This record gives sequence, structure tokens and C-alpha cells, in this order.
Amino acid sequence: MPWAELVQYVATGLLVGGVYALMSIGLALIFGVMRVVNFAQGDFMMLGMYLTYFYAVAGAIDPLLGAVLTIPPFFVLGWLVHRGLLARVTGGGDPQRQMDAQLILTLGLSLVITNAATMILTPTPRGIRTAYATRAFALGPVLLNQARSYAFAMALVLAVAVYVFLTRTDAGKALRAAADDPEAAAYQAIDVRAMHGLAFGTGIALVAAAGGLLAAYYPIEPNVAGNFIVLMFVAVVLGGLGSIPGAFVGGLVIGLVQSLTLLVLPFQLQNTGVFIAFLLVLYLRPQGLFGRRARTV
Amino acid sequence: MRSRGWLAIAGVVVLGVALSLLLQERYHHRVLTLVFLWAAMGLSWNIISGYAGQISFGHQVFFGIGAYVTVLLVVKAGLTPWIGMAVAMAAAVLAAVLIGLPTFRLAGIYFGLATLAYPLIFRIVMDWLGYQEVAVPMVRDRPGWFMQFTDPRSFDLLALAVLAATLVLSRAIETSRLGYRLRAVKENEQAAEAMGVDAFRSKMAAHMLSAAPAAVVGAVYVHAILFIVTPEAVFGLLVISQTLVVSLVGGTGTLWGPLIGAAVMVPVSEVLDSTVGDRLPGIQGVVYGAALMLITLYAPEGLYWRVRQAWQARAARGALLSRGEIAAPAEAAAAAGPGATVLLDVRGVSKSFLGLQALADVSFEVREREILGVIGPNGAGKTTLFNVLNGFLIPDAGDVRLGGEIVTGLRPSALCRRGVGRTFQVVRTFPRLTVLENVMVGAFVRTGGVEPARGIARAALVQVGLADRAGALPAGLTTLDLRLMELARCLATSPRLVLLDEPLAGLSGDGVAVMIAVIRGVRARGATVVIIEHTLQALLRLADRLVVLDQGRRLADGAPEAVTREPAVIEAYLGQRWLARMGSPAC
Repeated sequence: MPWAELVQYVATGLLVGGVYALMSIGLALIFGVMRVVNFAQGDFMMLGMYLTYFYAVAGAIDPLLGAVLTIPPFFVLGWLVHRGLLARVTGGGDPQRQMDAQLILTLGLSLVITNAATMILTPTPRGIRTAYATRAFALGPVLLNQARSYAFAMALVLAVAVYVFLTRTDAGKALRAAADDPEAAAYQAIDVRAMHGLAFGTGIALVAAAGGLLAAYYPIEPNVAGNFIVLMFVAVVLGGLGSIPGAFVGGLVIGLVQSLTLLVLPFQLQNTGVFIAFLLVLYLRPQGLFGRRARTV
Repeated sequence: MRSRGWLAIAGVVVLGVALSLLLQERYHHRVLTLVFLWAAMGLSWNIISGYAGQISFGHQVFFGIGAYVTVLLVVKAGLTPWIGMAVAMAAAVLAAVLIGLPTFRLAGIYFGLATLAYPLIFRIVMDWLGYQEVAVPMVRDRPGWFMQFTDPRSFDLLALAVLAATLVLSRAIETSRLGYRLRAVKENEQAAEAMGVDAFRSKMAAHMLSAAPAAVVGAVYVHAILFIVTPEAVFGLLVISQTLVVSLVGGTGTLWGPLIGAAVMVPVSEVLDSTVGDRLPGIQGVVYGAALMLITLYAPEGLYWRVRQAWQARAARGALLSRGEIAAPAEAAAAAGPGATVLLDVRGVSKSFLGLQALADVSFEVREREILGVIGPNGAGKTTLFNVLNGFLIPDAGDVRLGGEIVTGLRPSALCRRGVGRTFQVVRTFPRLTVLENVMVGAFVRTGGVEPARGIARAALVQVGLADRAGALPAGLTTLDLRLMELARCLATSPRLVLLDEPLAGLSGDGVAVMIAVIRGVRARGATVVIIEHTLQALLRLADRLVVLDQGRRLADGAPEAVTREPAVIEAYLGQRWLARMGSPAC
């Protein structure tokens, strides 16, 4: 097969994967710190897309900047959602039941957000027109869509920012401590509940920003969450539930898998490769690439 | 008391028929049909996710298979859906096996995530195969033969029949051995395994039993409501959402839950959809989402359990034996001493964990009816040894022979069925089962019937002296009673070999005396006992022989007096002061 074609698919896959990676980091952060699988993650992304659209329409703000501007409001929203809803679910003290209950809660939240958005914002797809969405950089024989390239670059910047936050700042270290061992963290005067709020807020802000970047080249409509939520789950599980670098790598891999699947399967089956990868990871290496195996007996 | 459940089911059927006859408008019949169908769907989900505790987010895959197989058989082969339904059921059960085989190896959250993938895969495949829209062909001649009724009452009754069958199935599971085993697996899978419950087979059985009704519901749903099958409509998110809402709002783990959930939620959402659905598309989704959120926040166990708790004061479930019965352990027959034949033969067992050598070439024998004590400092490998003997761990090297048969590598439930019983360092109860029900789980190793199991369980409780606490929940028990319960549960499996992991930990002097008497009674009835203990004084009164482990190695093996005087043992574990104290007459 012509190598140029293969490289093209790989390049496209990586570009797309970069945005998936940013989406997935939010999910991984939330799971890593709170042990909550946030079913509503995709829906917050959708809301982020709409806010970015609003910025573009009302303020002529470029989506790449708009994406960054979604971070503050969505951080606050995430914090409030945690404080008002998730923190109230305790499962009667049993951690497994608490996890199940929080999962159901986020599923319910997802349904509410998607359907309320359909009602209020109408199902008509919208798009943001940018000059660069239809142009491409030429790197030798390989064409890189400009919108996707810029989105990829921004995603990298934000991911690095999160990484620096987690590893270099005190707040970030407190967050990781609360994730590793909540009880020990509490003894170190770390407010674990506040850490959960911080993690959830950051996770939501990140996925909203990813949505904003996506809005630069992807149609915006209320049901868009459905297309991406499973991709996010796969990326996070592939990387190792709870590992941030893992989620980033997982996102890139999923982008690649999705793109390379197109070499052998028609467009409609594009996500089949992803689902099969999902199942393979769960069976062969459930702790993912960077995850830790828990002791059982 | 047991027949009350069946009567209640009959009552529901009668009520359903009455409603069907009373309601006049076509639209009301549609709502009634939907209530029956979603209740049945919720019940089917409840079998795998409520009774067995394996929360599935992909149960609609069986619904969709039922719908597609039935309709495709009508379209392609002209096969009547009455037979097509049976084929669809078989297809769904097969799918349940194929899905369950790999997926049940996953624990906790991974299982739930994996179940998400299957309906998505089916959706994509159906799209790709060109079945985006398969319409049920209208049949003029003998429409009933093709499940196409003009009178909406017929659909009501058909849906009611499906519901009734699913109720009967649920009730049958609840009152059977499988039902007890599923609850045990749900409460504490490892303890269940140690009590002889093959968790994988139980889950698989529940999975298959949950798939069949879902497929039938799917088939009927297509003919009564949908008429056109699309992948989104039968494999999509709204199906599982509706199933979850109905089951969670009503209450899981009981057949009344989905009934109540459906009776409440379906009419509400249908009415909303028909009144404001045009102006507010998606109102159903909002209602379901809000219901899930509200139920999780305010009544996570579901309406049925919440109402039951509030209505019925937690009256003592009562002693199943009168208070006059013996509260002390039953006296054993004349104690027989250790025999000569070797029951347990451990040879060269080694086990390491990522470089930490937990057990290194450990060998010893245990003779029949012997009481063997295993002692050693913390981290010596004692519990690891038990985990190997019990089947929770597979050794890197070495063999374990039980009665001459090599049993290394068998899973815990298999070992339990061969006569190896075990209690745990930290008592592992089935928290929401009563004491008697806890013990019955063990009894099911020896019998298939619920009544015989109850009898065996009662006898075990009498043997340990816990008969008057039979109806209590584990949460209300003292440490001693909890340990006695765990021991009774183990004894109900009729073990040849009983492994006790620190049975005296946390007990006061009186408790220790009771436990020692019970253990002696266990041996007197012919079982062999191996005990890990730190309470040396007590163990010396009890054990015929001691094995000392230190850092994974067997340090000493022999009669207690001799072993406790060996210099290596004193050095590693006992200490000189202990020896001095032992020498004094005040012990």
C-alpha cells in the first residue's frame, strides 16, 4: 500500500486523537480522584461546544480562544454539580454501592442535559465558520487540516498545563494525595471533599475546552455526546483508569484506531475498531497501560 | 408464608386483566401495554443486576436481538412471530453465554463499562447490514397468526402474559437454591466461593435467565408499539434508561420493584410525551433522567424497600427455635483422637508476589481428626498459606493433596465441595442475609432444596450454640457471635478439613472458652482442623501439633511442648520472656 496514504491516516488519527486525549484527561481525573465514572462527561462537552458557539456568534471570538474561555464558567459549574449532587450520594458508607449510585446519578444527569438541550436549543445542527477549517497544511505528501492542527496544538498546551498543575503545585499534589489515599490525606489536613470538588470542576472544564476545540471543525448539536462518550471511556480504560498520562496516550491511540479502521472498514463502521479495542483491553489488560492492579484477597 | 408470593402474583394478573377490560380508549390501552412490557423488562434486568448484583448497562442488547430476529424471520421467511419469538429467545440466551464468558471475568466497574459496548456494536452492525429500517409487514389474512391484532386489548393481554411469565420466573429464582447463591455472590463473592458457590456459573445462569424474557419483550414491543425496527429504537440508550428507571425507582432485588416502578413512571412519561411532547421533544428523557437522579439522592434502594422499611417496624424476625433450646454448644460424642491417615499433604509449596517470597518450599502433613496449629510472626505467610490451601491463590511450585487427590489450582468453590471449609481473619458475612440465611448458603453445597438446606443450617447453628440468633442480621452480632456464625456456615458445608484463620482474635476470655469448646466439638464429629493463631496460651490447650512459619519457611513442626522450646522458634517468634512465663506455674 502506498506509504503516503498510511502516513496520512496516521497523521489524521493523531490530530483527532489529541482532542480525544484532552476530553479523556478530564474523565480520568474525575475517576482517579473520586472513583466516579462520569456518564455526563460528553454532555458537558456538548455544552462547552454551545458556549463556544455563543462566543463566536455574539463576540466574534475564534473558537480556539473561545475554548479556553469556557474553562472558568465550567469549572464553577463542575464544582457546583459536585457540591450539589455528587457529594450528597454516599451509598450508606459502602464504597461499591456509592460508586454504583454515583454512576446512576451521572447517567440520569446525562439524560437530563442531553434532552433539555434538545428541547431548549433545538436539534438543528450548528457550525462555526472559520477560515482555517477548510484549509490544510502540506507536510510533504501529507495534508494536515488546519483546524484540527490548531485544535491538536491547543489540546497539547492544556494537557501540559494540567500536568504541571498536578505535579508542581501544592493544590495539585493535595489532589493526588486525596486520590491515592483519602484517609491519609485527611490526616494531613487536606479537605478531601474540596479536593473532589476541585477534581470534578477541573474535569468538567477540560472536557468543555475540548468541546470548544472540537467546535472549530465539528457540527454542534445536542446529541453529539453520544458519539464521543464511549471513545472517552475506551481511552481512559486503555490508559488505565485514573492515570492522567495514560488517558492522554489512550486518547491518541483511540484516534489512531479510529483512523486506521477506515483503511479496512467503511465509514459507518469506523467506531467498530474502537469498540473491539475496548473489549480487548478489558479482557487482556483491564488495568490498562499505566494503571495499577488492585489486590483482591 | 411462601405461598403469599404466588398469590400476590395471581392478584397482579387479575388486576391486569380487570384494567384491560375496564379501559376504553385506545390510548389508555397503549399505556397499559407499555406498563406491562417495561415491568417485564425491568424484571428481566433485575435477574442479573438485582439478584446477582452485576449491574449491566447493556441489557437492551437482548431486547434488540428479540426484536430483530423475530421481525427478520417474518420478513425473510414468513415465519409466524409466535414461533419466531422462541427462536429469538434462543438467540438471546446464546448471546448471553457469549457475552458472559469473557465479561464475567471483569470485576466491579469494568463489568459495567464492558456491557456498554455490546449494544453499540450491534447497532453499528445492523446499520451496516442494511437493516436501518425493517418494517413489520401488514398481514390481511389471519392477522392474529402474525401477532397483528386490531383490538388493543389483545396486546394488553399478550403483554400481561409476558409479565406474568417473567414474574413467575423471578419468584422461582428467588425461592430456589440459585436465588440464595446469587444473593451470596452479590453480598460477598469471595465468601460465597469459599462456601462452595461457583460464582461464575451462578452469574452465567442468571445472565441466561435474564436474556430470555428481554428478548420476548422486544419481540412483543415491536408488534404492539414500534412496527418499524431501527437500531436506535431497540439497541439505543432510551431502552436501557427506561429499564433502569423502572427497576431503580421501584427497587432492585425484588420482583415488586419493577412493577411499582413501571406503574409509576410509564404513565407519567407517556402522558407528558403526549401532552407536551410536540413542543418539548425529549421530555421523556428529562423525566427519566430526573427520576434516576432523585431516586439516587433520596431513596437509592428504591420505593419498594423505602416504603417497606417505613411501614414495617423492624420487628425482631424472631427465633426460629424457642428460647428453651440449648444456648450452649451441643456436647460432642466421645472425642476421638487424631487418626493415622494423612488427610492434607502439602509438598514444597512456594508462592511469590513480584519478588516478595511469601512462601518458600513449605511442606507438612495433617492427619485425620488432628488439630494443627500454624503459628509465626506477622508476615510469615500464614494467611497466604491458607489462601493456597483454599484455592484463592495458585502456588508457583509445589502440590497440595487432599485425601491423596491433587487439588492444587482448583477454585475455592470446587475445594469447598471436596470438603475444605474456611473462615477468614476478618469475618466475611453476607450483610443483608439473616444469620440463618448466611449459614444456608453453605448448606447448599450438600443439598439442592431450600427446606433441607434450612434444616442443615439450623443444625449447624445448634452445634455452635447460635440457634437463638437465627433471625438476626449480622450487623447486630457481637464478635464472638459473628465468628460462630462464620464457623456454622463453614460447618454446614460438611467439611472434612476446616481452616480457621485467627478464630480467637478479638475475643475475651469467655469468648475464647466458648470457641475452644466449639472447635473441640468440630473435631469430635470427625473433621480435621488447621488453625492460625497468635493467642498461644489458648492454642496450646487446643492443638495436637504445631507448625511454625517464619518469612515463608517452615521453621518447626511437632508437638507443642517441643516446638515451643526450639531455639529457632524462640528467636523468631516467641521470645525468651515468653519461655520464662511458660515455665512459671501461674499459666
